[in-house]
Amino acid sequence: MASQYRVVYSLNQFFAGLGGEDKAYQPPQLLEGPRGPGLLLEKLFPHMEVAATLVVGDNYLAEKTETALQEILALLSPSLTAEGADKIHFLLAGPAFNAGRYGIACGAICQAVQERFSIPALTAMYPRNPAVAVYRKDVLIARAGKDVMAMKEAVQRMALLAIKQFNGEELFPDRHNYIPHGRRKNYFAEKTGATRACDMLLLKLGGQAFNTEYLMPVFDRVQPAPPIHDMARARLALVTSGGIVPRGNPDRIEAASASRFGIYSLKGLLRFSSETHQTAHGGYDPTFANADPNRILPLDAVRELESEGAFASLHDFYYATVGNGTSVANAEEYGREIAKLLLADGVQAVILTST
Amino acid sequence: MTFERGNIAVADVRLGEQTELCNGVLLVDKKRLAEFLLSRDDNITSCLISLARPGDSTRILCVKDVVQPGCKVWGQGPGEGRRHVLENVAIVTCGKIVGYQEGIIDMSGTGALYSPFSRTFNVVLDIAVVSGLTPHQHEETIRNAGLVAADFLGETTRALRPDTIQTFSAQEDQPVSSHLPRVVYIYMLLSQGLLHDTYIFGRNAREGLPRTIEPLMLLDGAITSGNCVSACDKNTTWHHQNNPVLRELFRRHGRDLDFGGVVLTTEPVSLAVKESSAQKTIILVRELQAKGVILSKEGFGNPDADQMLLTRGLEQIGIKVVAITDEFAGADGFSQSLADSAMEADGVVSVGNANERVLLPPMEELLGPIRDLSRLAGAWPHSLHKDGSLEVELQAIIGATNELGMQRLSCREV
Repeated sequence: MASQYRVVYSLNQFFAGLGGEDKAYQPPQLLEGPRGPGLLLEKLFPHMEVAATLVVGDNYLAEKTETALQEILALLSPSLTAEGADKIHFLLAGPAFNAGRYGIACGAICQAVQERFSIPALTAMYPRNPAVAVYRKDVLIARAGKDVMAMKEAVQRMALLAIKQFNGEELFPDRHNYIPHGRRKNYFAEKTGATRACDMLLLKLGGQAFNTEYLMPVFDRVQPAPPIHDMARARLALVTSGGIVPRGNPDRIEAASASRFGIYSLKGLLRFSSETHQTAHGGYDPTFANADPNRILPLDAVRELESEGAFASLHDFYYATVGNGTSVANAEEYGREIAKLLLADGVQAVILTST
Repeated sequence: MTFERGNIAVADVRLGEQTELCNGVLLVDKKRLAEFLLSRDDNITSCLISLARPGDSTRILCVKDVVQPGCKVWGQGPGEGRRHVLENVAIVTCGKIVGYQEGIIDMSGTGALYSPFSRTFNVVLDIAVVSGLTPHQHEETIRNAGLVAADFLGETTRALRPDTIQTFSAQEDQPVSSHLPRVVYIYMLLSQGLLHDTYIFGRNAREGLPRTIEPLMLLDGAITSGNCVSACDKNTTWHHQNNPVLRELFRRHGRDLDFGGVVLTTEPVSLAVKESSAQKTIILVRELQAKGVILSKEGFGNPDADQMLLTRGLEQIGIKVVAITDEFAGADGFSQSLADSAMEADGVVSVGNANERVLLPPMEELLGPIRDLSRLAGAWPHSLHKDGSLEVELQAIIGATNELGMQRLSCREV
């Protein structure tokens, strides 16, 4: 059976089956036919054919974004401008689930491809993937689960959306499982505003579910905790969003849009040094932080105060993430998790540094 | 107390030798009407009268107000007796720009989807005034001319038998089952001075608000507009005469809800006055023992703050609110829609993004002062294309995002 839709599928080194972190610097490469999720796509949608698979390493794209995108567009140009039987109908990328770097790659590739070639280019992500905030405005992103367990559902949603977008159908975020672009668009409702207002009020009065037509933007205001009465008895901890991590960045916290935080020991450590620690943060000039990490997280000064008895003790671990383009939702989640751990360890006070 | 509204629909409006309603056709003697208006106000130097019918290739420019013609047939005071109205006829006043915010009505094409006055037979008055008038005198002259013309045409219905008669009774005469929720309507009136005014029984609404008012009086035309605000969410006199929230609450009274009354309130200019006005309004609503409130609006920007103050205050004392508002989310729809927000405003009806652009096709006939076209709010110097088509924000179309909820337009996130 001749396929109805011809697709180019974009994947990272891992999902294309080339390798893991060791292949993260893989330059863009165009392979014939499907790989990984592309095989699943063809199985789920027999009328779709993956003509080619674009593979690019996560780090390669994240660190050389502009060059990488130019290379990708040049690589894709012959197939995406083909006409007739060779015509490509759309590009699919991912799903990236909750992976920050992969999300950025999928978003950047989709954005560049749809802009250059005017064909639908879409991806799928977990709504809290940091790349969502960056690309949802321009790129159609199907709603996906957190990890690879949700692969089938994500591929299915992406493909169905691609067909609808290709056919120019009207899309609804809830009904069609995509992450809204955040754009307000007019439409004609069935009833007048006055009738809708009465209907909504009666539902509200009756304690029934109702849908507001404009969700208020809510700005989070954090209430400061009450002051500590006796600092001399308090246990202090250090937390930073300035990206100070042990040398080598063992948890591979991303330079931007961090998808995790790290927990590191301070046992027996009097101060950070350029031999022991570094910054993982990509949002500022790292020269001075790398030369003396205490400039970002002042362990040296805190140890001095500890010896003077300004507080009872310093907690044995510090918590670090990178606050560079990190989504508010993710930052809130890390904050909650860190607070839980600190409370369990009997910490009363925190010095939180940021950059 | 009861009030009857006798509706009379016309099949057409034509110019004639005399003004009369004959076999469903309204004939307008435009010479007599113009003379009548001139004789009533020395400030008017000329009045050009034209007709615009639904489906016509006609664009009416610099519209200031729209008034429904009618006449009080019997009854002592306001809200009592019977008023006949010409259901699908409107007096449309237009003329040289006064407040920079007059609007457009298109009788066909894309623009006709957005204005209720694309579906009425319009008697258009293009009024010129003597030189040297202040903007406020100019506004007053044209406002009064519209009202006088509406009475002039309305007289044709006095002796006629209406097509339909709707009877409305005061709520105290219609007790309802106690299990129905009591709903009060808060009717926000733009009343800020400087061409942003509304009139109650002819008196400026800045005085004596907030207050309650007998809803039957509103049906009888108690409120008139003197506003030169953006066309899309200006409540014209016609909107006040046909307030859809009021109609809806009367219709559902005794069935879904217990209509508990109307509180008129202001949209003042300073924060302190906004706060005290909101507090007084909330006290009145509580005295009416409301469980729920519908909150309509006029204008945008600082009135958003009034709407949020009221919503927050009412929700905090347990009175549920649904607020009607339009949005100014930018031409691309990506901006925040309102100038103020409140967490408590969880029930909002959106009547559309007024910044969204529409391309209006060229029209064969243009009524009103064409030269002022690109100075309308919602238009810009290059709005008028060479072929005569006009690209504007919905903001420029009269009644497009009416915040009494007259239209079906809404807005969603995509």
